[in-house]
Amino acid sequence: MSAPRGDQAVKIMRSSLGQARGMGSAKSGLGHWRAQRLTAMALLPLSLYFVLSVFLLEGADQAAMLRYMAEPWNGVLFIALILALFYHLQLGLQVVIEDYIHSEGKRLASLFAMRAGVALFGLLGLLSVLKLTF
Amino acid sequence: MAELSLPKNSRVVAGTTHKAAPGGTNIKSFQIYRWNPDDAGNPHIDTYEIDLDKCGPMVLDALIKIKNEIDPSLTFRRSCREGICGSCAMNIDGTNTLACLKPIDTIDDTVKINPLPHMAVVKDLVPDLTQAYAQYASIEPWLQADSPAPPDAERLQSIEERAELDGMWECILCFCCTTSCPSYWWNGDRYLGPAVLLAAYRWIADSRDENMGKRLDALEDPFKLYRCHTIMNCTQTCPKGLNPAKAIGKIKQLMVERQG
Repeated sequence: MSAPRGDQAVKIMRSSLGQARGMGSAKSGLGHWRAQRLTAMALLPLSLYFVLSVFLLEGADQAAMLRYMAEPWNGVLFIALILALFYHLQLGLQVVIEDYIHSEGKRLASLFAMRAGVALFGLLGLLSVLKLTF
Repeated sequence: MAELSLPKNSRVVAGTTHKAAPGGTNIKSFQIYRWNPDDAGNPHIDTYEIDLDKCGPMVLDALIKIKNEIDPSLTFRRSCREGICGSCAMNIDGTNTLACLKPIDTIDDTVKINPLPHMAVVKDLVPDLTQAYAQYASIEPWLQADSPAPPDAERLQSIEERAELDGMWECILCFCCTTSCPSYWWNGDRYLGPAVLLAAYRWIADSRDENMGKRLDALEDPFKLYRCHTIMNCTQTCPKGLNPAKAIGKIKQLMVERQG
């Protein structure tokens, strides 16, 4: 950076170009970017289907709900919805954490906690659907 | 974490007001960010009143008038005064732009002038662009080809190939776009920012360059490239009317294309 000012001691003497090149390229990022967009596209019809299901089942009793979920296509679409939703959620929260948390240790800890939480809630959703379908 | 509170000595306080000479008819107020490293104090906003009847039409004309006639200590960069050198990039009326291209009469009220956002300030309206320039150097902004150039002629391009560079060669590296980008504010140490990515694509898109793969390799990184979240501030603020967001989009498109 620039020359030290006031009482600031020089802590970084690495050249600007050295800092700009940094650790070089991680040769990744495309996978994340593409998965975020693909899951977003998948979520458009799946969310629409979910909203339709809610309207279809309005006022239905438990037996009707179970009959609806026992239909293979309904079960499959619900599972697809949960997989896409929680994967997309994970990808999005990862970006937020990477954007705003800069200390390496805190970032890794937050990413781990976030992923564990998202995975557990995702599994909870999956199991709930499976219990309804079988 | 993101900086939610301002670091020490960055709270901006009120400064002095320089009244216009009596008898002026077309008075406009300019509130300008002032900070002098030698004072070790907080930055302050000084107010200058100017008679627009005795001033050129652009904000840069007003700044030069203030420096010449009211306060010679006011510090800012300027050179060409016609939007080609990129020196007078600053935040005017809330938007990054070139003072020399910004007409005063497009601003209704008081003209508020600050340095480019989120860069270290050298003095007054002069930001420290050292790191942004180094990031520009890191993308190797020159033609790279193993094939030797024809001994007695230029490397040729078709009209179509040359047209690919339109909208990119015009960039003057004023860094209005880069310093308007929230992603660059939070991660500017690793994210290259719109100006540098536009420059990177300028060489990727150049038909005479033979290192497209190497250039894409160097950019494929969660921070260097993919911190771009398509916020579009860059395109909105560019004083030259360029579209860095589109160039970044094209880089991402090429990444997908080569992966298949």
